[in-house]
Amino acid sequence: MTTSVPILPAHQLAGFRDSYGAAVRRRRLHLFVGMLIFGCVLLVSAIGAEVNLRTFYTYFGNFISYFDRIFTLDDGHRVWTNLPEWFWGLKKWSKLLGETLLISYVGTTVGMVVGFCLNFLAAENTSPAPWVRFAVRRLLEFARTVPGIVFALIFVIAFGLGPVPGVLAIAVHSSGALGKLFSEIVENADMKPVEGIRSTGASWLSCMRFAVLPQVIAGFSSYTLLRFEINVREASVMGFVGAGGIGQELVVAIRKFYYSDVSAILVMIVLTVFLLDIGTGWLRGRLFGAGARA
Amino acid sequence: MRGIETPDPQQLKQRYPQIFARPMSARLATSAVLVLALAIFVFGLVDLEFSPSRMLSGLNQLGWIARLMLPPDPGSSLPVYLKALGETLSIAMLGTTLAACMAMPVSLLAARNVIPSAIFRFPVRRLFDTIRGVDTLIWALVWINVVGLGPFAGVLAIAASDFGALGKLFSEAIETADQKQVEGVRASGGNMLHEIRFGLLPQVLPVIAGQVLYFIESNTRSATIIGIVGAGGIGLQLAEQIRVLEWQKVSFLILMILVAVAAIDWISGKLRFAIIGRRAIA
Repeated sequence: MTTSVPILPAHQLAGFRDSYGAAVRRRRLHLFVGMLIFGCVLLVSAIGAEVNLRTFYTYFGNFISYFDRIFTLDDGHRVWTNLPEWFWGLKKWSKLLGETLLISYVGTTVGMVVGFCLNFLAAENTSPAPWVRFAVRRLLEFARTVPGIVFALIFVIAFGLGPVPGVLAIAVHSSGALGKLFSEIVENADMKPVEGIRSTGASWLSCMRFAVLPQVIAGFSSYTLLRFEINVREASVMGFVGAGGIGQELVVAIRKFYYSDVSAILVMIVLTVFLLDIGTGWLRGRLFGAGARA
Repeated sequence: MRGIETPDPQQLKQRYPQIFARPMSARLATSAVLVLALAIFVFGLVDLEFSPSRMLSGLNQLGWIARLMLPPDPGSSLPVYLKALGETLSIAMLGTTLAACMAMPVSLLAARNVIPSAIFRFPVRRLFDTIRGVDTLIWALVWINVVGLGPFAGVLAIAASDFGALGKLFSEAIETADQKQVEGVRASGGNMLHEIRFGLLPQVLPVIAGQVLYFIESNTRSATIIGIVGAGGIGLQLAEQIRVLEWQKVSFLILMILVAVAAIDWISGKLRFAIIGRRAIA
C-alpha cells in the first residue's frame, strides 16, 4: 500500500507561495529599514561622542597594561606575592568599607520607610484621592530620575562634606525607586480582604494595615534587600564627590596613580559585593522560600 | 436537622494548638530581627555623625538653595547645554550597543543549555559578576586614564560595565529558551552553529532587544553622571555649575535631564512594544 501526501494543484499553490513570499519580503524590508535607521543613529552618536578609533587603537595597549600595572607592586613584583604590602592599608580601608555599608544601610532604611509611607498614596487601588496620587507619583518620579550622585553633589554643599550627604542622597533616590516598586506590588494585591475589613467599619489606615500589608510584605522586603545591594555599589562611589565611604580613597588612588592601591580597593569592593549578593540571596531564600526570588 | 453550630473557641484552640499559639521561637525571631535592624540603624546614625543641629542647618541651607534655583534659567549657555545633552544621549546609545555586541557571543558561553560543562561556565559567570560589581563611575575613571578625558571614555565605561550586566541577563534569557526547537534542528542534522542560529536566536532575540532598549533608557541616566568625573556629557556641566553655585543653571540642567529621560522612556516603550508585540514585556 502506498501513502500519498496530498499536494495542492499548482495554480492554488502558486497563490500561497506568492503571499508567503510577499510576507517574507515585507518582513525583510522592515528589518532592513530598521537596521538602516539604527545604523544612522549610531553614526550620528559616534560623531556626537567624539569616537576616535585611532585613539582607541593607539591607546588600547594602555588598557591592558593598566591592569598589568595595578597588579604590580612598587618593587616590580606581582601583588599576590606580597599580600601584606598589597593590603598595607587594610585597617583603614576596612573601616571605610564598613562606613560604605552603613551609609547604604541607613540610606536604604530611610528610603524604605519613606517609600513605604508614600506608596499606598501612589497605588491606583488604595489612593485616597486622584490628586494625591498624581502629586505623589510625580514626586517619586523626580526622586527616582535625578541620579543619586547629583543629589549628593547638592547635599554636600548644604550639609557639608562627610557621610551625611551620601546617606541622604541614597535615601532620596531609594525612596523614589522603592516607592514605585512598592506601589506596583500594592496594585497587584487582592482587593477582597480590603472590602471585608471596610465592611466592618474600619478606617483607611486599618484597611491598609490588616488587608493590604499581609499580602505585600514579602514583596516589599525582597525589593528592599535588592535595593540594599544596589545601594552598596552606589555608596562605593559617593566618595567621588566627597560624600563619604571608600570612594574617596579610590578616587585619590586612581587619580594619583597609586596602582597597587587601586587593585586592592577594587578587590575589596568586588568581594564585598559578592558576599552581599550571596548573603541577600540566601536571606531571600530563607524568608520567602526558594521560589520567591523577585 | 440542627442549624449551623457555632464552634467553641476553647475546643478549637485545643484541636489546633499550632494556629492559636505560634511557637515562641517564631514570635521571638520576628521581634529580634526588628530590634537588631533598629539597633544597626541607630548605630549608623551615631557613627555617621548625624546630629539634629546639623540636619536643621543643612535643611535650612537646602531650602535656601531651592529658592535660589527658581526660576530655572540657562543664561546664555543653552547651545552648550544642548550639545552636552546630545553627547550624553550618544554615549548611552553607543555604549549600550557596544556592550550588547560584546555580551551576545560571550553570554552563550555562560548559558547552561549551550555549554553544559560547569567548568567552562563558572569562570565566565564570575567574570560577568566581577565586571558588574565595579560601578560605571569607576570604569569611567579607568578609561579616562587610557583614552583621555572626553565622551569617548564615557562610551567605553558604559560599554564595560554593561557588558557584565547584559551578559548575565542574556545568558539567563538563553537558559529559559525552549529546548524543543534546538532539538528539532539537531534532529534534521544541523550542527552547533545551526542550532544556535535557527533554534535559539529566534526565541531570544525579542527578549534581548527589549532588554537592550531598557538598558539604553537606564544608561541615559548613568550617562548623565559620568561627566562628573570628566567623561563627557551633561554631567560635566552640571558638576561645574554646582561647584560655582549657579543654582538657576543647575535647576535648568536637571530639568533638561528629566525631560530627556522622559522622552527616551516614551520612545523605548513604544519600540519595545513594537518589537515584542502584545506578549508579556520581559
